[in-house]
Amino acid sequence: MRRRGALWFWVFVGPFALGLALFTYVPLLWSVALSFFDARNTVTPTDFVGPANYTAVLGDDGFTDSLRTFLVFTAFIVPVTYVFSLSLALMVNRVRRARAFFRSVFFLPAACSYVVAALIWKMSLFSGVRFGLANTVLGWFGEDPVAWLATPDPPWYWLVIVTVRLWLQTGFYMILFLAGLQRIDPVLYEAAAVDGARPGWTVLRHITLPQLRATSVAVLLLLVVGAFQAFDEFYNLLSDARGYPPYARPPLVYLYYTALGQGQNLGFGSAGAVILALVVAVVTAGQARWLKPGRTDGDG
Amino acid sequence: MGSFSRRTLLAAGAGAGILTACGSNTGRGGGGSGPRLSHWYHQYGEAGTEQAVQRYAAAYQKARVGIEWRPGNYDQQTAAALLTDSGPDVFEADGPTLDQIRGGQVLDLTELVDGVKGDFRPAVLGPKTYEGKVWAIPQVVDMQLLYYRKSLLEDAGVEPPTTLDALVDAAGKLTDDKVKGLFLGNDGGAGALGGTPLYAAGLQLVTEDGGVGFDGPAAARTLGKLHRLHADRSLLLGAPTDWSDPAAFVQGLTAMQWSGLWALPQVRKELGDDFGVLPFPEDGSDGRPAVLVGAYGAAVSARSRNKEAAKEYVRWLWVERIDYQRDFALSYGFHIPARISLAARAPELEEGPAADAVRFTADHGHAQPLLWTPACRTAYQDALSRIIRSGADPESELRAVVRKVSAELDRVKKSS
Repeated sequence: MRRRGALWFWVFVGPFALGLALFTYVPLLWSVALSFFDARNTVTPTDFVGPANYTAVLGDDGFTDSLRTFLVFTAFIVPVTYVFSLSLALMVNRVRRARAFFRSVFFLPAACSYVVAALIWKMSLFSGVRFGLANTVLGWFGEDPVAWLATPDPPWYWLVIVTVRLWLQTGFYMILFLAGLQRIDPVLYEAAAVDGARPGWTVLRHITLPQLRATSVAVLLLLVVGAFQAFDEFYNLLSDARGYPPYARPPLVYLYYTALGQGQNLGFGSAGAVILALVVAVVTAGQARWLKPGRTDGDG
Repeated sequence: MGSFSRRTLLAAGAGAGILTACGSNTGRGGGGSGPRLSHWYHQYGEAGTEQAVQRYAAAYQKARVGIEWRPGNYDQQTAAALLTDSGPDVFEADGPTLDQIRGGQVLDLTELVDGVKGDFRPAVLGPKTYEGKVWAIPQVVDMQLLYYRKSLLEDAGVEPPTTLDALVDAAGKLTDDKVKGLFLGNDGGAGALGGTPLYAAGLQLVTEDGGVGFDGPAAARTLGKLHRLHADRSLLLGAPTDWSDPAAFVQGLTAMQWSGLWALPQVRKELGDDFGVLPFPEDGSDGRPAVLVGAYGAAVSARSRNKEAAKEYVRWLWVERIDYQRDFALSYGFHIPARISLAARAPELEEGPAADAVRFTADHGHAQPLLWTPACRTAYQDALSRIIRSGADPESELRAVVRKVSAELDRVKKSS
């Protein structure tokens, strides 16, 4: 009986585990190994260079700039997405009619590809010429057209990047919050009302948020990892045939241009990727420790 | 275990390669018998080019040549494919890059051009040559130049600019609330212009002996002038199409645009005679006008299983078949043939702006040097972008670039 159980375990888990090992762990370890070699245009290098790639990456102000930019970006986009999606979830949760309609409408953008959304934002909404949508609206008020993505000062490109990301992501996290909200026992709200808690902020602060703790932790972790993995919409919004501007450049995009794309300095690129992975690990570990995800919704 | 997992990794890469190739591999072999060769091209925008290269391949008798037409980030695709066994035998490349040559990823093709080497334009054969050997056969010459709308310049009382200062002034005068003076690309010019302004100031990216060619106050002075274009708001930014597409120019969003020779047929179709072309204007006392030239070349992968057959095929197509080279350069898009003898016999290139472009290429053409690696390019382009758009101090920006570039050039020299 136990042997049969083991067999079925491997039948179901095996393909996934194999895929995970083959496509995630092997390349991951390979990349760590590459980061200690002078690996230009080869994945089987022989020239061991020790930590030289790491000193090169950390001494490269293009890379450190991109890391700094991305810490700031994360610090901004994570709380904003959190607040937006939680607010949407609270509102959708309260509507009496057409809840499924609103849920679907807000969730729909999550089904859109980052690339497609980025191109719509770039070419029609925030195109820099006078007939772009945003510039048409500005034109009604007699303002000059703004080159949204092309002027670093003031940095309007952040408006474009942040709105596309919010549009794409908010609905998805709203669904997670909705699921969490629907698991809260209505008895708690009734008890609070009996105890004289006013609906609104007090209930949100003392009942809803503590009850949503586990969901919140999961959402925050996903948001942080997502922010550091940013590539698609940045690349599609800001790159052109000849490269990428030196602002709003995610670390992955920088590594793509300098080391992992046409110029294949795979040792340097791997070192950068390992550093990025470490940063993500440290940030999420710190966050997990601070938020204590071990406590469940029920314990709140 | 080590070699097993290495192989599986490569197989995984190959699998991904096959998946991406599905859409583009026509599966059709060439007309001949003998070994199979796979020949990669990047996606050309002009109608008929793909059918043309299929036709050339089908006409080759000594091997069965399959064409792969690859849209998307072609240079990155080839760079990745060259690491695997499933890559191309023959591929066209904007390079090959220095590190592809030094890493032994492409074959030495010097013997293929024996006797006809002098017939290739030096400006495009130079960047395909490393340590005296030729690593790719130039297919066609592409160049970038400045288009201007004659009627708009006349209305504004502006002469076609011959100096950088005149260009800055002209762009300012041509700008009004509907039309911008100049379009250098949506990034303000850092990407499209590259080293062109430095050449126009009489400088270069890399010197003959492999040193930094723009270390001095002249470079900072010239690049600083580009910021004035941005500060005066004479530059078109955020256009729906980028500099390589003449749409912004022919739609009247800009009076002048930096673009490629490939755009010329479309510009002529839309604007008739109402346009002219110029090289990038000179700057300073040592300045000379400059245009950027480049060439896709045919290279042979060192991982090919049929190296000799692949070389033989490249010799046949890009050295011997003059008729196909002519057809490829002039029948679809608009390029200058890489062979001097061929360009001289092309009536399409004898008059009007096309003749000007050929003259600019011969007199003022500069190609990106082979030693100008992606690391150099990124560092320089970042600085140029900050100078143009953020008004960063050109001297301190260039100092940082010179430091990075000379470290990179030292690396290249040291291990060669």
